[in-house]
Amino acid sequence: MAIDRFDQTAKHIVLTVQDYSLFAYRAFVNLFRPPIYWTDFLIQSDIIGVGSVSIVILAGFFTGGVLALQSAATLAQFGATAVTGRFVSESMIRELGPVLTGIMVSGRNASSMASELGSMIVTEQIDAMRALGVDPMRKLVTPRIFASIAMLFFLSIVANFFGILGGGAVTIFLNHQNGTQYFAMAYQYLRYPTVLQGLVKPLFFGYIIASIGCFYGMKTTGGTEGVGKSTIQAVVTSSVLIIFVDFLISQVMIKLFG
Amino acid sequence: MNTASIAAPPTRLEEPQSEPVVQLTNVSLSFPGRSVLENISFSVAPGETRILLGPAGVGKSVLLKLVNGLLRPDSGSVRVFGQEISRMREEDLFPLRTRTGMVFQEGALFDSLSIRDNVAYQLIQENVANEEIDERVREALRFVGLEHTFSLFPGSLSGGMRRRVAIARALIHHPEFLLYDSPTGGLDPVTCSTIIELIVKQRDDYRTPSLLVTHRLQDAFTMCTHRYDSAQGRMVPLPQGQTHANTTFLMLNDGRLHFDGSLHDLVTSQDPFVREFLM
Repeated sequence: MAIDRFDQTAKHIVLTVQDYSLFAYRAFVNLFRPPIYWTDFLIQSDIIGVGSVSIVILAGFFTGGVLALQSAATLAQFGATAVTGRFVSESMIRELGPVLTGIMVSGRNASSMASELGSMIVTEQIDAMRALGVDPMRKLVTPRIFASIAMLFFLSIVANFFGILGGGAVTIFLNHQNGTQYFAMAYQYLRYPTVLQGLVKPLFFGYIIASIGCFYGMKTTGGTEGVGKSTIQAVVTSSVLIIFVDFLISQVMIKLFG
Repeated sequence: MNTASIAAPPTRLEEPQSEPVVQLTNVSLSFPGRSVLENISFSVAPGETRILLGPAGVGKSVLLKLVNGLLRPDSGSVRVFGQEISRMREEDLFPLRTRTGMVFQEGALFDSLSIRDNVAYQLIQENVANEEIDERVREALRFVGLEHTFSLFPGSLSGGMRRRVAIARALIHHPEFLLYDSPTGGLDPVTCSTIIELIVKQRDDYRTPSLLVTHRLQDAFTMCTHRYDSAQGRMVPLPQGQTHANTTFLMLNDGRLHFDGSLHDLVTSQDPFVREFLM
């Protein structure tokens, strides 16, 4: 019956939220308690950070470019093309830089974390690790969360930089406007709350990507088909959560700093 | 297998001591929608090898994971080395698990690590010096006859070799208790014989108590009717009519413990399920 299915789905959702809350709490507490596996942190930083640089540069550059392209036409109607630089830099730093980086890294790394840990679950490697006296939460999850938070912070800065650069390229070469004016406006109107917002968001997004990716990986059941399902769930959930949390942080920051 | 020769009462080679290494009392476990184990009680004494028999899917591997604290029972008590582990926190279980070696069904080697790092996994976590690690890994691999695989990766090994590496990994920390989950499942007879010989060697040379899951009767009977001869460096049959008294049997069916006793008790049992299983 439909009502039974609804009942089952509701229970499943509540149970998943409960499980994730406990998992996220344990993962968070482990960030501050030894042992912390620094070698694994460096390996994961390389995979998440260095491995994602190229896609973040490309995504940032073209997003900044398209922002300049789209805004210039509208701003021209008000005779305000001079503020294109301000518009692009504020949009990139406050919103698009962190969110786009979060979603790109989520597609690349939340999926790989879920599939890697999921495969380890179905081949009993996680059980083997526990049987050898090693905590998989500390050995596998904590370094990924640490690396994801640290790397997303820097990747967002890279995305912001290349976004402003992309906007500048479009302004100079396609819109044939003054480049000095663009970069001067992009810099002059930057305020600390804007920068703060842009630097705080990646910390949350990094935590979401790694904790969701690892959570679905560690909850994998049902063999290789289950690994595929976990991977999809990890990417979808982390992307949606990033956008939702972005909304919440924006609300709080605007309330606090205007 | 000549069952007549093993039907005679066993000649005890060594009396098991009284304090059990593992003690399960009325252990029950259910998964959503089905009961897996019901009121299971048994113990493993020091120096004793217990062979857990039963049809596929009856809960043998689940029982093994309960003993190592990888799963928790719904009710009942699981005592390992005298400590109640069924309600112990996961963090407190890790030190206890380092005293136990476990061989998983498919080996469960870490794909991304070399054989050296797989076997040395526990030692690496304990920050043992590299020279000592290399020496101990070579020694463990020599024990299972795979010293040449030292720098290979699990992907380049056959199923049987992976199982033997898994045994080396379980033994490198000199465990006080061993758990084998179908170590010969799905392997050819020659490889099965090699692995059983390794298990018998560990049993007879180091007297490590163990719990072994299998559905291969032939392996179970071989373990009971053979001993490891260190002088000859191979497994040899016990004299006619003699069986290894510290190797005993458990049989699971429908989530319940159907049999608990010696090989003699097993082959003379009148229980219809046991008789059908032995056929």
